Amino acid sequence: MSRLVPWIALIVFATIPLWLQDPYLLNAFITTGIFIIAAMSLNLLLGYTGQLSLGHVAFFGIGAYTSALVSLGFNVELIGGLRVVHEPWPVWSGFVIGTLVAALCGYVVGKLSFKVRGAYFVIVTISFAEVVRLVALNWVELTQGPLALTSIPPMTLGLPGVGFFDFYSKQSNYYLVLAVLVICYVIIRRLVYSRIGRAMVALKENESLAVSVGIDVTRYLVLAAVFSAGVAGASGSLYAHYLKIIDPDVFAFLYTVTMVIMVITGGKGTLAGPIVGGLIFGFVPVVARSFAAPEVQWILYGLFMILIVFMLPQGIVPAVEKWFSGLGARPQAEVKSQVTMRDTL
Amino acid sequence: MTELLQHIVNAFILGSTYALLGIGLTLIFGIMRVVNFAHGELYSFGAYFVYLVAALLGLNFFVALLAAIVAGCLLGALLELVLLRPMRAADIDTTMLVMIGAMIVMQNGEQFVWGGVAKSVTTPFPELPLVIGPFSVSWLSLFVLCAALLLIALSYLLVNRTKLGKAMRATFQDRDAASLMGVNIQFIYMATFAIGSSLAAAAGALLGPVYVISPQMGNLASLKAFAIVILGGLGSIGGATIGGFMLALAEEFGAGYISSGYRDAMGFLIIIGVLLFRPTGLFARVERIG
Repeated sequence: MSRLVPWIALIVFATIPLWLQDPYLLNAFITTGIFIIAAMSLNLLLGYTGQLSLGHVAFFGIGAYTSALVSLGFNVELIGGLRVVHEPWPVWSGFVIGTLVAALCGYVVGKLSFKVRGAYFVIVTISFAEVVRLVALNWVELTQGPLALTSIPPMTLGLPGVGFFDFYSKQSNYYLVLAVLVICYVIIRRLVYSRIGRAMVALKENESLAVSVGIDVTRYLVLAAVFSAGVAGASGSLYAHYLKIIDPDVFAFLYTVTMVIMVITGGKGTLAGPIVGGLIFGFVPVVARSFAAPEVQWILYGLFMILIVFMLPQGIVPAVEKWFSGLGARPQAEVKSQVTMRDTL
Repeated sequence: MTELLQHIVNAFILGSTYALLGIGLTLIFGIMRVVNFAHGELYSFGAYFVYLVAALLGLNFFVALLAAIVAGCLLGALLELVLLRPMRAADIDTTMLVMIGAMIVMQNGEQFVWGGVAKSVTTPFPELPLVIGPFSVSWLSLFVLCAALLLIALSYLLVNRTKLGKAMRATFQDRDAASLMGVNIQFIYMATFAIGSSLAAAAGALLGPVYVISPQMGNLASLKAFAIVILGGLGSIGGATIGGFMLALAEEFGAGYISSGYRDAMGFLIIIGVLLFRPTGLFARVERIG
């Protein structure tokens, strides 16, 4: 039964543009989907390795800017009079390069910042994001600074033998985001249920014990950071080509907070958690803006965040799972899942 | 040369308020192990409180300063009671999220109450700056420096010369042992948070009239305070004081000689650099990587 849930959810979400015509709501679904991808990437770090990164928006923004710049082209002078000219490339290559550059940044940041843990790790990651934001704000020749990068082309995709697509309409963007989301979900699922994923969980549960059984801590943490940053970069690229304009505000701390709260609300360390939490927090502003001023919306958002942490620290998905297993009163279900876990060990 | 000295003078004044911010945070972070993201909001709370009392109610500027410090203390105690006490058993990430929620609520509350337009406070000091040889310092800045130094000295005396301070130091070293020796841990936590908050409010109250007061002013203050704490080492008032002055120097020089746009980047580069190359801080006596 529970195996069917992702398929049913997929079918439901795939049919939404067929009956939902309202462009505002469709737009809310698309941006929510993009943030769900980012939240899934954060969940890989926060939920599976237990490291809270509050600079995750840096990878999102790096993906967005890289992708936009690759497809727009740029002409900048580096130190020493060296001029770098880049002609516009096809948009799909921007997506790929944006993802790779974000993953590379994840590697560097992971390599450096996993020397410290806990609160210090959090502060290093925030600092990294703020430095990147200030660079985006001040390197005007490359990023246009506060004037924003504008007229970013929509995503295009040429498939040999199938045809050429451009993702200009909301409907097509919806399916693009859904497709990327499903791919990222599958990749993360494969990763989490692999040897690597179990090593990550072991690190989260007890780092010293994990080390004593021969798990190379830094290696697995950096690996998680690379995957996580790459997926975040991919979502940033989707964001840039969907909105067609980005400014240094994509690095805002509140975006990271949004991702974190999506993961926590849904349930960290569960595959469905970021999706459930993401849908809730993606649509809270849509509901709240009908009756509240922007400041009041944010106040409610902050209060909601405190309440969630107080009442449901484990998140919705684990709570629902527990409720279901209690409802069915089938202790063997739990035993069975343990057995299947062991089979894959 | 004159420019260099003027930068140093400016850094001294800025650094004294940074030190207040840093001391407040180093006490809270060191003793309670709470990553206080609302620290910057207490800083802007102090600034707005001075605006409320001095500009709107029309009371004396010095009365307003004292009122802001007391109000910061009370608000800190309230935050501790409502948000942190129920979360005592929670891990550091969880309390961090609660404080981020508090930060969002407080910042937008300010925006809601005071609006987005920046406010300014008029002070009883003469407009004309004091000119000594080639430099000029405004009287207000000079007062800010003296008041901040006085508060730094007071907090040093509080922690090192009073019974409360002794209990705070004991709690910092070993919470359980302190508790066994009869220290009321709940009270110490509340006092620590209240004192830290009032120092942040004092920094805002002093610096607010120098610049303008806006809801966004607290945004970077928390992170700068962290930079100071990391630079100075955990739980060390002297370290936080030196850290505050060093951060201010780095910012002044960064803004003066590199680019004013990168002024705020200095703090973050310091954080990254110190944590990566000397993770115990420059002056730390205690092992701190958890």
